Amino acid sequence: MRGFYGVTLPSGLMLGTAQYPSPAVLQAAFADSGASVATVSLRREAGQGQAFWDIIRALGVHVLPNTAGCHSAREAVTTARMAREVFETNWIKLEVIGHADTLQPDPFGLLEAAETLAAEGFEVFPYTTEDQVLAQRLLDAGCRVLMPWGAPIGSGRGLNNPYGLRTLRAAFPDVPMVIDAGLGLPSQAAAAIEMGFDAVLLNTAVAQAGNPAVMARAFGLAVQAGVLARDADPMEPRDMAAPSTPLIGKAWL
Amino acid sequence: MSDVTIIGAGVAGLFAAHELASRGVHPRIIDRNGPPGPHGCSWWAGGMLAPQCEGVTAEPVIPRLGAEAAAAWARITPVTRRGTLVLALDRDRSELARFARRADCHETRPVADLEPELSQHREGLFFPTEAHLDPRQALADLVQSLAARGIPIEKGEVGPDDIDGPVIDARGLAAALPGLRGVRGEMVVLHAPDITLSRPVRLLHPRHPLYIVPRAGNIFMLGATQLESAARAPVSARAALELLSAAYALDPRFAEASVLELGADLRPAFADNVPRVVVRGRVLHLNGLFRHGYLMAPALARQAADFLLTRTKGELIHED
Repeated sequence: MRGFYGVTLPSGLMLGTAQYPSPAVLQAAFADSGASVATVSLRREAGQGQAFWDIIRALGVHVLPNTAGCHSAREAVTTARMAREVFETNWIKLEVIGHADTLQPDPFGLLEAAETLAAEGFEVFPYTTEDQVLAQRLLDAGCRVLMPWGAPIGSGRGLNNPYGLRTLRAAFPDVPMVIDAGLGLPSQAAAAIEMGFDAVLLNTAVAQAGNPAVMARAFGLAVQAGVLARDADPMEPRDMAAPSTPLIGKAWL
Repeated sequence: MSDVTIIGAGVAGLFAAHELASRGVHPRIIDRNGPPGPHGCSWWAGGMLAPQCEGVTAEPVIPRLGAEAAAAWARITPVTRRGTLVLALDRDRSELARFARRADCHETRPVADLEPELSQHREGLFFPTEAHLDPRQALADLVQSLAARGIPIEKGEVGPDDIDGPVIDARGLAAALPGLRGVRGEMVVLHAPDITLSRPVRLLHPRHPLYIVPRAGNIFMLGATQLESAARAPVSARAALELLSAAYALDPRFAEASVLELGADLRPAFADNVPRVVVRGRVLHLNGLFRHGYLMAPALARQAADFLLTRTKGELIHED
């Protein structure tokens, strides 16, 4: 796996920390999945979420604060600065929402905030679309990681544009990339890893499952399966059927 | 002369006093603010006794022990047993299907049969055995029932260390127990003279779930947000927008309602969001009722009394 700002993660599974039935269930989901990164929102719980933040720190994984719910570069930058103080990390998942209904990223606000934050020494994980031009601009701004979306946040639709994601992956072979948002099933996570992405980040698919800890474990296993499959050099699709057992002994013409 | 001192006159402390008194124990009850009022989170509750609906996300012990709540409260205060109706907007039908898969004891019914005024919604899930009460009426009735037994609510700032003998500490967050956190909830109270609902209605929504609990006189309580924050600030504009927009989506006539109250408070909760009796020597801490104050206070009080009188250890008992 490519490193994230110099950090090699033991697992390519990153989990959000919102919407779980209880903190105890959240803890079980992390323990059972082997997730290596916890994202946490500062804005919504702003100010006095101390007890909850202590629970996040106690998970013993890397904490990736995010700017979820910010609708402008200015808001996102303020939230990022606050997150750095609270969690004592330069990592920030940068989310600038461009549309209230689809929650899709605002590419212009994202780039502006990324430039500001990178100049202040933040290690920015930008939540972006699969747009290759925007990706290049984000890298130029100082981002060393990209987080393209699979599908709109919370939609559970998986990899909406596999062609675009493949193209993006191929365009920047050295850049660590995380599929962020839109995953609903472990098979989609495995597909993302098989495609060459380094990690997946999800929240709703686990937190809102009937059994979050079991679903988290399923995602952890799917990520492992994806890594094994990718490293095992998968076959290419063929046009002609090729039997895996010999045909000798049967009549064929 | 009292046999046990209870600190905290919220729903947990008052119900514990009632339970002990009904078993022949004479408790004393003290609260730093005196009788219940807007200073305590019990004041801001919805008053739904909905073990099956809560069981969709809560630990199994909540529906199991919450099942005794309606009968226990009915001995103290009026309890309305008309069930719960769960709805989703057409766009979110999958939320209803998911809720139905995960909930026990319900039936799918045409909304028009149950709440004719909401007949623009086609089908809902009906939980016929669930109930609701008016929390402020319930608190007043508890206070009155205790007064009739010669137990007043004393006003005074004390902690367990200031008192000799057995103590029940039911102060909520003020008890500052390890692992106890505040979960912020915000609610709105409306007066809508044109609207009549006969039971609590829950609206499932991917972002802004809502419940509406009807009270006497066309008063409706809208709740409640759930934030991992211990901020005691007044209701945020965002929360009010979310709750009111969801109510408007449920029934546009809510747009004409008068806003009577906006309330915010912190619910004390442990990591599993299940209440506990934490035993520390002669002090029993009744705490962590989360959003289940009225649903779980009867079971919590019963198990605390069992432990105090017979050392029986129910599943909510945690010896520290």
